Amino acid sequence: MSLLTPEWTALLYLAAAVCFILALKGLSSPRTARRGNAIGAAGALLAVITVFFSARLENIPLILVAIVVGSVIAVPVARRVQMTQMPQLVALFNGVGGGAAALVAVLELGHNEDPWVRLAVVFTMLVGAVSFAGSAVTVGKLQELISTRPLLFPGMPWVMGAVLLGAVISGALVVLIGSLGWSLALLGLGLAAGLLLVLPVGGADVPIVISLLNAFTGLAVAASGVVLGNVLLLVAGTLVGASGTILTKVMASAMGRGVAGILFGAFKGGSTAGSTALSDRPVRCSSPEDVAVQLGYAQRVVIVPGYGLAVAQGQHTVAELATALAARGVDVVFAIHPVAGRMPGHMNVLLAEADVPYESLRELAEVNPEFATTDVALVVGANDVVNPAAKSSPGSPIYGMPILEVVQAQQVVFLKRSMRPGFAGIENELLHDPKTTLLFGDAKESLARVLGAVKAL
Amino acid sequence: MGPVALLTVVVLAVFVGFEVVSKVTSKLHTPLMSGANAIHGIILVGAIIVAGAASDPWVLGIALLAVVLATVNLVGGFVVTDRMLEMFSAHKRPRTPARTGTAPAGGTAGAGHPNDGSASDAAGEGR
Repeated sequence: MSLLTPEWTALLYLAAAVCFILALKGLSSPRTARRGNAIGAAGALLAVITVFFSARLENIPLILVAIVVGSVIAVPVARRVQMTQMPQLVALFNGVGGGAAALVAVLELGHNEDPWVRLAVVFTMLVGAVSFAGSAVTVGKLQELISTRPLLFPGMPWVMGAVLLGAVISGALVVLIGSLGWSLALLGLGLAAGLLLVLPVGGADVPIVISLLNAFTGLAVAASGVVLGNVLLLVAGTLVGASGTILTKVMASAMGRGVAGILFGAFKGGSTAGSTALSDRPVRCSSPEDVAVQLGYAQRVVIVPGYGLAVAQGQHTVAELATALAARGVDVVFAIHPVAGRMPGHMNVLLAEADVPYESLRELAEVNPEFATTDVALVVGANDVVNPAAKSSPGSPIYGMPILEVVQAQQVVFLKRSMRPGFAGIENELLHDPKTTLLFGDAKESLARVLGAVKAL
Repeated sequence: MGPVALLTVVVLAVFVGFEVVSKVTSKLHTPLMSGANAIHGIILVGAIIVAGAASDPWVLGIALLAVVLATVNLVGGFVVTDRMLEMFSAHKRPRTPARTGTAPAGGTAGAGHPNDGSASDAAGEGR
């Protein structure tokens, strides 16, 4: 087998890097997104084929087996995952990427004497480990395996400081003497730092943290490019690090938050006050028939979908209800909050799956002025995105987040599973408003009963 | 490549990275994050180089673990991004093909339930 010359290898890597740039560019626009993703995959394939022909490699059969094993694990999971669980899966993929970068760096430590390269090794190990452990925590929070509320213990900032100090010391020792023992200590401290970084983050902010950890993994991969002297890894990692940082900032500002506030806000204290106890204040319960009358004789209805709709897989039923109401001459639109559900764009995907026409979807800025002329706002499995506390109580963890102002509508109907507060763990004043009625139950079942009652009107 | 040349590459890549994603609508945030996530799976190339140079069985074992993890990141990342975007593009198709197009999609979503357990098991192995 003849090998590629270093020039050809570099040129093919350059082509792959260009594919990655085009992929990110394509993914930024709805029209070209899918093609962009395909170009990125083609670039990755090109790079992986190139590496096999660029150097005399040992163990090729074993490497190929490992690639097949990885693909056999990843493809079925990625194809079959339910949409409600996609953010977890992205976090999981991100975490294993960070773990892979850290492992590569550990193994390369022995081959490098240059202190600058060793510094890159230290950076890759530390950031890769933070990304791995942090992603594991985000998966746990999104799967609700661990509490979605900020987890804090007394003295946590001190522990975090001690861990970072330990990481700096062991990192310096790795650079100076290159010992394997200290690099394992560094990995351990990196894992601890990842846990401590993400545990205090509240549930609603988890998607933003996933994006941040994604940028971290990008930086770790870029540093591994320095370690291995591989320009493709350097360019691809830097691209992801830079674009991921921007994306994190954009996502945070869509929720009216700063990144530092998301990571360290819980330490300031008081922000989660009053959110634990279930309120025993009265609410007005309704029946499917009453809701059907409210909706069926309205002129204008705005449906606000949320995570509860996704969990109950009620998208087809809500689409049918909208069609039935439209047939009665009711003006029905869907109000889509950018972060409704567990990830930005979640509701767009969900309703697209149920064939809800694009024209009846309204974005936040578009629909908010229309609530004042809306007869009924039907909130299906959403909570935090309509919580007026985001505007009225500066102490609330969601204060400053733009919300859908359903409070302006003449009447508000909530379809909810229980009085449990939303993902952010904050009580919603709107539930106790005199114009609000509640219909408890699984979103899909409630919708089906309301749909039946509307058809019987 | 010398340190200054490396720094040049990094600085240019940072600016390209900032520039390409600066104007993106909020509903594409998740697919874009997922696509960027797939791209850093290219650490697979690094894992292959390390595994290809390994002679010690321990080193080889760890390197092969890195190859598996990186493949999960790379392949899974692109597949799941495509799946998200497939759902987005559903409403762009003409009416009649859209119905036939969504029928299998609904089928896979339904089939996802019984397979869910095995799927998360496999994900557990991946970690």
